[in-house]
Amino acid sequence: MRLALSAEDAQLQQELREFFTTKVPQEIRDTVRSGGELTKEQIIEAQRVLNAGGYAVPNWPVEWGGKGWTPQQRHIWLDEMQTAGVPAPLAFNASMVGPVIATFGSQEQKERFLPATANLDIWWCQGFSEPDAGSDLASLRTTAVRDGDEWVVNGQKTWTTLGQYADWIFCLVRTNPDAPKKQQGISFLLFEMTTPGVTVRPIKLIDGGYEVNEVFFDNVRVPADQLVGEENRGWDYAKFLLGNERDGIGATGSTKLRLQVVKEHASLPLADGSRLIDDPAIAARFASLENQLLALELTALRVAGSSKDGKPDPVSSILKLRGSVLIQEVSELAVDVAGGDVLAGGAGDDSDVPSWAGDSVPTYLNLRKVSIFGGSNEIQRTIIAGTILGL
Amino acid sequence: MDFTYDKEQTALRDAVRGILGESAGNREKITSSEPGWDREVWGGLAEMGLLGLPFDETYDGAGATATEVGIVAQEIGRILAPEPFIDVVVGAGELIADAGTDEQKQDLLPKIASGELIAVIAHNEARAPHGTVAYGVTATSADGGWTLDGVKEPVRHGGVADVLIVSAKDGDATRLFVVDATADGVTRTTYATPDDGYAARIVFAGAAATPLGDAGEAALAAAFTRLQTAYGAEALGAMEVSVETTVGYLKTRKQFGVTLSKFQALTFRAADMYTSLELARSISLWATMALAENGPDALVASRLQAEIGRTARHISQESIQLHGGIGVTAEYSIGHYAARLTVLERTLGTEAYHVAQVADGIADRGIVELLH
Ligand SMILES: Cc1cc2nc3c(=O)[nH]c(=O)nc-3n(C[C@H](O)[C@H](O)[C@H](O)COP(=O)(O)OP(=O)(O)OC[C@H]3O[C@@H](n4cnc5c(N)ncnc54)[C@H](O)[C@@H]3O)c2cc1C
Repeated sequence: MRLALSAEDAQLQQELREFFTTKVPQEIRDTVRSGGELTKEQIIEAQRVLNAGGYAVPNWPVEWGGKGWTPQQRHIWLDEMQTAGVPAPLAFNASMVGPVIATFGSQEQKERFLPATANLDIWWCQGFSEPDAGSDLASLRTTAVRDGDEWVVNGQKTWTTLGQYADWIFCLVRTNPDAPKKQQGISFLLFEMTTPGVTVRPIKLIDGGYEVNEVFFDNVRVPADQLVGEENRGWDYAKFLLGNERDGIGATGSTKLRLQVVKEHASLPLADGSRLIDDPAIAARFASLENQLLALELTALRVAGSSKDGKPDPVSSILKLRGSVLIQEVSELAVDVAGGDVLAGGAGDDSDVPSWAGDSVPTYLNLRKVSIFGGSNEIQRTIIAGTILGL
Repeated sequence: MDFTYDKEQTALRDAVRGILGESAGNREKITSSEPGWDREVWGGLAEMGLLGLPFDETYDGAGATATEVGIVAQEIGRILAPEPFIDVVVGAGELIADAGTDEQKQDLLPKIASGELIAVIAHNEARAPHGTVAYGVTATSADGGWTLDGVKEPVRHGGVADVLIVSAKDGDATRLFVVDATADGVTRTTYATPDDGYAARIVFAGAAATPLGDAGEAALAAAFTRLQTAYGAEALGAMEVSVETTVGYLKTRKQFGVTLSKFQALTFRAADMYTSLELARSISLWATMALAENGPDALVASRLQAEIGRTARHISQESIQLHGGIGVTAEYSIGHYAARLTVLERTLGTEAYHVAQVADGIADRGIVELLH
């Protein structure tokens, strides 16, 4: 056991801090810090800066841009990035489809997709969930039927995040309806969103924003060489991918930043000169959240939870479970700090209500999603109870 | 103590449920543009005598108590009716009835009761702590009249109000004034609230104002207590439907080949939600009876708000979670209930604020005796 960073890791931390705070445009970092929404162009720009510096996909195999870092070094990378307000590389690319292609794809697929995926030349979206296949993902019904050199896809996906920006979709499709177990007839298919027969319908969320979509497939013809790995083995790849997705949702860096920003707001004087942070009950909530985040971050350092050897690590469930709850609790505290100003959700720049206060309720409501997606928190408990505890 | 509604009260509930239910299907359309509520429904409420419900008969009111007001508020909460009954009738209306001069009551209350006049309290100021003190608007007396200068926001329904009851600083004191919202010196900017409504930023620049009787902080505090009691009942209605909707969803949504109701992990959570709902119901009915029989009591209101705050959070968070993805969409109802509950609960002091109010002086209080 050792508390301090090794000299090598301390050096890496310095380098990363320097890189993130000087190379990524200030405007992007300020927007992230204030909880604002980045444009598609800003997300692409930030990822390209990271990729140019070699920091977009450190978790990938070294030959495809990975760093071969230890789990602790990867933690330092993520933490420095998130606390600097640098948007993490698009998860669909960097932690979902990229590792799947790198681990299970053909050499030709790797060459075709990985560099473009790392640089966000291709924006990927995740076509897993369907209206009747949410937690029970394996019951998905979208089919792909082989016809010569092509797969013909029919069906519907839903909750497809940022499908409106996406160039390509990675999709779970049923290729063998007669398999003895429903998990055994699924394949992992890649195709362009502009392929004839693909239709996207946006879904409005409760914060008024549009970030998810329904995606419909009507006889979409996909070249056969865009099926990843082996036919009917897609479920294994999906589980591998979901382990990494969970790991990302549980990351503490952005929650620490959020808590810090809320604390700054609570430290501003109110109209009567008093400060909310001086209220012992409010201060106690900050203290408790800070401490719970500390314990979670320590856990992440102690038991790095990303998928290894082609398999998900059940520990990622712990990180996702607690990480999602803590980010929600921070957003709830932000609403309480905003107090009566929460009404000013749609106020413009001429308002005296600061935008963070008006935005607090939409953000809080939006973040209810983190305990639902990436495998709901009930599903994470099922994994912990079953896979770890053997119950 | 008797928590049951009598025949007339039950009839009132059914009538309100009927009239509000008729327009429930239009909610999305109605709330998508200002004023965010339906003037036809408002007219219907006036016709039923609801807009004068708590006012004296002298002022075209029905002379009803907080109990009847609470029944209406619960029904509003059940279908998230956007009509400003609570803010106009309970907030500004009862404040005028309580603290206005005879002339003001005669002038304003019948018009509120008939539905032709919208009046709201304009007290909120950006980054002001919850309480009855005005910081950002100053009253000046000159030539026997008064003028106001400063900014109030966010004021719910402030953009469509005809009359504003404005709190303003007069030296060290906070006093209340009646202001014609359409007069010179009043500029309003309307914006959307996160719970499908509208609020306004209101700038006063030498706006003409008349004192509301000699009302100040005490009258405002009493108004808050009445509002908190009504908001509590509204929240109760919204929680009731949130629980009903969630239970219904668990019975119909299938995953893994069975309805979600087969998973005890979820049914226990529904049981906890129901428990919160019943606690909220008890404290809401108790606070309502206390207001009806004993008049405004800030400690009672804070006890109510603290418990409504806790239960509303619990129920709104769990109702979304148990729905899964559909719970965070605007296309489905449950998220709108959560939005309303989240905002309602912070409108007149957060849960933390009210717990602190109850904590104040707690060392000197004995056990709480309910039956006496
Ligand atoms: C904002 C958002 C973005 C998303 N983005 C994407 C995306 O980009 N791509 C994609 O493919 N999907 C995406 N999803 C979908 C997400 O993965 C699903 O919402 C999630 O898997 C839950 O499925 P469901 O919504 O159908 O809920 P359901 O599965 O119907 O669950 C409803 C409730 O029942 C619980 N439950 C279900 N089964 C059990 C059980 N066996 N035991 C105990 N409790 C259970 C759930 O935990 C939940 O509380 C997104 C979802 C959201 C909300």
